Amino acid sequence: MSGTYLGMPAFPRAAAASTRDTQLRANLTHATRTIRDKRAKAVAELDDWAQLRAAGAAVKDRTLRHLDHYLEQLEAAVIAAGGQVHWAVDADEANRIVTRLVRETGETEVVKVKSMATQEIGLNEALAEAGIRAYETDLAELIVQLGHDLPSHILVPAIHRNRSEIRDIFRREMASWGRPAPDGLTDSPAELAEAARLHLREKFLSAKVGISGANFMVAETGTLVVVESEGNGRMCLTLPETLISVVGIEKVVPAWQDLEVFLQLLPRSSTAERMNPYTSTWTGTTDGDGPQTFHLVLLDNGRTDTLADTVGRQALRCIRCSACLNVCPVYERAGGHAYGSPYPGPIGAILTPQLRGLAGSLEASLPYASSLCGACYEVCPVAIDIPEVLVHLRERVVEGGPVTRGGARTVLRPARGHAAERATMRAAGWAFDHPGVLRAGMRLAARTRRLHPRRLPGPGRAWSRTRDLPAVPAESFRDWWQRTRGTSPKHEGGGK
Amino acid sequence: MRVALFVTCINDALHPRTGQAVVTLLERLGVEVDFPVEQSCCGQPQFNTGYRHATEPLVRRFDRAFRDYEYVVTPSGSCAAMVRDNYPRIGAKAAAEGRGRGLVDAAAVAVPKMYELTEFLVDVLKVEDVGACYPHTVTYHPTCHGLRMLGLGDRPRRLLEHVEGLELRELPGAEECCGFGGTFAVKNPAVSAAMGADKVRHILGTGAEAVCTVDNSCLLHIGGTLTRQGATVRPVHIAEILASTEGSPW
Ligand code: SF4
Repeated sequence: MSGTYLGMPAFPRAAAASTRDTQLRANLTHATRTIRDKRAKAVAELDDWAQLRAAGAAVKDRTLRHLDHYLEQLEAAVIAAGGQVHWAVDADEANRIVTRLVRETGETEVVKVKSMATQEIGLNEALAEAGIRAYETDLAELIVQLGHDLPSHILVPAIHRNRSEIRDIFRREMASWGRPAPDGLTDSPAELAEAARLHLREKFLSAKVGISGANFMVAETGTLVVVESEGNGRMCLTLPETLISVVGIEKVVPAWQDLEVFLQLLPRSSTAERMNPYTSTWTGTTDGDGPQTFHLVLLDNGRTDTLADTVGRQALRCIRCSACLNVCPVYERAGGHAYGSPYPGPIGAILTPQLRGLAGSLEASLPYASSLCGACYEVCPVAIDIPEVLVHLRERVVEGGPVTRGGARTVLRPARGHAAERATMRAAGWAFDHPGVLRAGMRLAARTRRLHPRRLPGPGRAWSRTRDLPAVPAESFRDWWQRTRGTSPKHEGGGK
Repeated sequence: MRVALFVTCINDALHPRTGQAVVTLLERLGVEVDFPVEQSCCGQPQFNTGYRHATEPLVRRFDRAFRDYEYVVTPSGSCAAMVRDNYPRIGAKAAAEGRGRGLVDAAAVAVPKMYELTEFLVDVLKVEDVGACYPHTVTYHPTCHGLRMLGLGDRPRRLLEHVEGLELRELPGAEECCGFGGTFAVKNPAVSAAMGADKVRHILGTGAEAVCTVDNSCLLHIGGTLTRQGATVRPVHIAEILASTEGSPW
């Protein structure tokens, strides 16, 4: 898999292919189960987790309600601290801004801290088109880049790869990007990490431009925050002369004090650690210390449209901890690539269709990529009711309704291809509202029950390929009740 | 005490014995059971697939059927959760669309009287030992809606632990979804089947004779996967275990 997420097959097809990839499933099952158990233990250590979670949700909700205010406050604070602020309405504009800023430095190479926002806009590809090479420095992101691959997990982008696959990628690819892999590299974690360290060190020492995202932006001080485990991000943030940070507008929090909540919620939810190994914060520029030029690119790219939806907007609370991915039974079988964006798993299933709109077949299939089991909601540290948003988006797919696209209110038409389902649902709804009809149907089914196949042709075939259909009993409950108990006159009359 | 049984459409059409078991069990515990025949489907399949408007007549129907009762008992965790969690949402959205507060009021009446069977037994009747006898090895799969939306906790397990002769076997990965998810099983058949296969593998690993849940829809999926594999493990609704006695085994 290489290049871009565009043109991804719709979710069910992509997921069906992944379920047949036994290596992928083994890699994912092992990784997600391990982290899942660790997270549960780390969370159980705090007896005020429920309150912390509520506080996290409340801070984010309040910020989102007054987002314009906090963004302006942030802009003013960044400028006062010596930084420059750019507003990008969509991916193209953000890519144009960053490309121009890098060009102005005269450099053709940049080092990058892992960043979901730059993946979302396809920045590496845009830079490549402009003749600028972007080097990913996060270990997992490096593996993805060297493997001409796409990330498949928020926190561990190369989670779909095992150690021997990584060794093969390092051996094959490192030389064409810089320092080659050491001779005789094995798949021991220590050797792989050392190979990556040597490879990356050359990049850090020569880089003049760094590109990052941010986990949080503090409005009152204009401070950006990145949390990470390896320390490579810190190198990118401090060694280059120019730092360009591309951040989604929903990442702002009002005050420094709010970090107290999130710096507890995030590490326990994501890596099951009590504290992040590296928490880097930077505020504008400082003479003689760190980057001397700092640009903040504030990215909208569908976020204000999402904000306009009162049910769907809770997706913007997300702090990208990836806990929902790690508990999701669908993600575990389908793998991250099936979701067709850098945001896989449950959060991707609600965020991507909102950021991009529901017009595409992939986007329209994502709200159905869930059994609504609720495990994601249970673990989400900012209490995003993902099942609620999924059902809400399903309604938009099948019934249409008012949405905001490009800042303007429009009415979405029901998606094509749901006509038969809509007719069935309406017929079922009508029958359910006419118990007399329903009873007649059940009686007919009972009388013909010996004729029912246990495997189905047509649209039901997919179901009955792996499962038997239930046998229809000789008598419905309703009929049994009437036969044995009679019906009280008060409740007689099955019709409307 | 008099309660209304909300049997649910799946149980009505496909699992009448579950409804009969609830009647037998509640009557044995001294509860008078009514079956208002005006009742129908809770609207869960339509709502969860995105057809919210198609569920509105069913909310009104539920209200009409059960208005006169203090307690409505159902042998389905997901249908109880549908009423409790989603009826208020349906009402609020209808009100927001300028269609009056009728559905808000209907939901407000429905929510407090809606009990899933094991909740009703433990919380209202305050019994854990219902006098059942079921001399078999059983493993319990806590369904997602029962577990997370209703918060049934260990109520079903406590009831099972008091059943005479029943040996409860721990189910590995118990809290993982079985992969049914209503129309999910149709829209994402490959993933649904993969989830079902893993669930069944865990069930077979326990060596139990029967697998039990508070919801027949999950059992339909699990049972269909089991029989296709030629496995002899029986899917049993918890009501049928609790209704079973030494004198009249279910
Ligand atoms: S939706 Fe919640 S659980 Fe999932 S990544 Fe975002 S914050 Fe974490």
